[in-house]
Amino acid sequence: MSAELASAATPDLQQVDPVINMVVFAAFVAVTLFIVFRVSRRKATENEFYAAGRSFSGRQNGIAIAGDYLSAASFLGICGAIAVAGYDGFLYSIGFLVAWLVALLLVAELLRNTGRFTMADVLSFRLKQRPVRMAAALATLTVCFFYLVAQMAGAGNLVALLMGFTDPIAKDITIAIVGGLMIVYVIFGGMKGTTWVQIIKAVLLIAGAGILTLMVLFIVQFDFNELLQRAIDQSPEGEAILAPGLKYTNPIDFLSLGLALVLGTAGLPHVLMRFYTVPSAKEARRSVVWAIWLIGIFYLFTLVLGFGAGALVGPETIAGAAGGENAAAPLLALALGGPVLMAVISAIAFATILAVVAGLAITAATSFAHDIYASIIKRGDVAPGAEVKVARITVVVIGIIAIVGGIVAQNQNVAFLVALAFAVAASANLPTILYSLFWRRFNTGGALWSMYGGLISCVLLIVLSPAVSGRETSMFPDADFAIFPLSNPGIVSIPLAFVLGIVGTLVTKPSADHAVKQAEMEVRSFTGAGAEKASEH
Amino acid sequence: MPESDPIAERSVAMQRSPEFQRLRRTFMTFILPMTIVFLAWYLAYVLIAGFAPDFFAIRIGGSNINLGLLFGLGQFVTTFAITMLYSRWANRTYDPIAEPLAHEMERAEAAR
Repeated sequence: MSAELASAATPDLQQVDPVINMVVFAAFVAVTLFIVFRVSRRKATENEFYAAGRSFSGRQNGIAIAGDYLSAASFLGICGAIAVAGYDGFLYSIGFLVAWLVALLLVAELLRNTGRFTMADVLSFRLKQRPVRMAAALATLTVCFFYLVAQMAGAGNLVALLMGFTDPIAKDITIAIVGGLMIVYVIFGGMKGTTWVQIIKAVLLIAGAGILTLMVLFIVQFDFNELLQRAIDQSPEGEAILAPGLKYTNPIDFLSLGLALVLGTAGLPHVLMRFYTVPSAKEARRSVVWAIWLIGIFYLFTLVLGFGAGALVGPETIAGAAGGENAAAPLLALALGGPVLMAVISAIAFATILAVVAGLAITAATSFAHDIYASIIKRGDVAPGAEVKVARITVVVIGIIAIVGGIVAQNQNVAFLVALAFAVAASANLPTILYSLFWRRFNTGGALWSMYGGLISCVLLIVLSPAVSGRETSMFPDADFAIFPLSNPGIVSIPLAFVLGIVGTLVTKPSADHAVKQAEMEVRSFTGAGAEKASEH
Repeated sequence: MPESDPIAERSVAMQRSPEFQRLRRTFMTFILPMTIVFLAWYLAYVLIAGFAPDFFAIRIGGSNINLGLLFGLGQFVTTFAITMLYSRWANRTYDPIAEPLAHEMERAEAAR
């Protein structure tokens, strides 16, 4: 039967009835909204709104981390990249996975032991509160902004593709709906609601990808070699798809991307914030172990799905479809199981975007309300309930910014924004996180030099890179101020931020209470003494 | 004033204590080499993929499985293995040293 399947089904998205897609998607929204309203509390405390009362188990949180981390780029993007460019698509997923070891070994538990809600809590623990918190909050908001705009812009095109919309107004409406749902989830559900959305999405995504993987493997009778052979036969590149080099042609650029991916994850604020939703460091450890298994297995699925789409749909069909590479997984589902399976997979992809943007929105809102409003503007003197109120208002503002940003950016090539978010996380956040945990002498000067140096150099290099100007694929193809040759700034900005942390520490004076605060942070982070416990509820 | 804060004073004493030194040493002797190993192995992989793609194109036997695929899957295997090793080490070796110290600190905090 396998041969007929591969050749008979020349999948075409036009033959899909968007009604099925909408029904499946509406079912997901209905179920998640029901859960969000069930867990919501109108008068949530900060602990409940930001950290879900620290009530999730390690396993639940691990699944939610996978839901937060596996964006539409991971699913549709990697499947498509493997289907068209072969091995180079696979390279991407390896950096995303190995990065979790940095989080597991160096960051997750120590961070859980020292902070309350945000990355800035940890970074300002033993350093001068206001300036360090401000820098950390700015880095957090920058990462969230880049990531959000990329997801929202992608959502418009993705849904247009899946639903068969061609009208630009339909795309704008889609982006507004995604933003509106995100606001509702986060305002009413807080961290608890957001986490449940991520858990449901992760289960659907991994199960859906698993079923497709089994179907592909069944067709080749579980012979991976045979699958590769069929992918080679279908590809105009032939055997070249099995080796690196089709997508990344500049090895320095690839190294730069690889560094940003592996060092960025442990500095992503929306990932770090998830460690505060569990009752202890031990549960944070369990979360990461679960997340690594789920994420790793998912990327193995995408390897099969990518080559499966190459073999059964064909790279030329994929590249020619509306949506290009992003259409690989939905087209594969269509070829394997017809319009209904395709509708299910498409709805899962949409759910994926929703869960990721909700996680970003609550992180950005928490950082603004907790770090900037309560700690910097109000200097910690906030009436009960005021902080959460500010956080909820911030969610609306962020939602509107994300909708507008998404609509403006939707016809731009914004794929680089996610890689940029990782580069900023690796440059502005990770060096200071590691130094403040492990280097006793590290001081406020070092933190500010490293964070601002990393943040500014990253953004500056991106602006001066071919991603923004000078090429046909650039954001501004008509201008040319691309004096930096690489599309990812990581290879310059990450080492620079590490060096600036050292230099800034050596040329500035430590505060009078440096040794005492350092001792307290070190003892707390290593032993877990005095760490925030689960709330009573 | 941090100077008169009993928890902070307790922390300074704790940081100097041989038990805490042992905890930190236990942490570093496991975490440091592990981190170097996985980062070096990842870096090697990225460098080979970027600068020597022909090496990754070498096929195993007459099959379509090549060194690149094996090295890539190898990254998955080592990531899973280090995750399990870490989890076992943390539960069996690290926690039993850390927990009594945390209790000691928290008793001091409660007595404040």
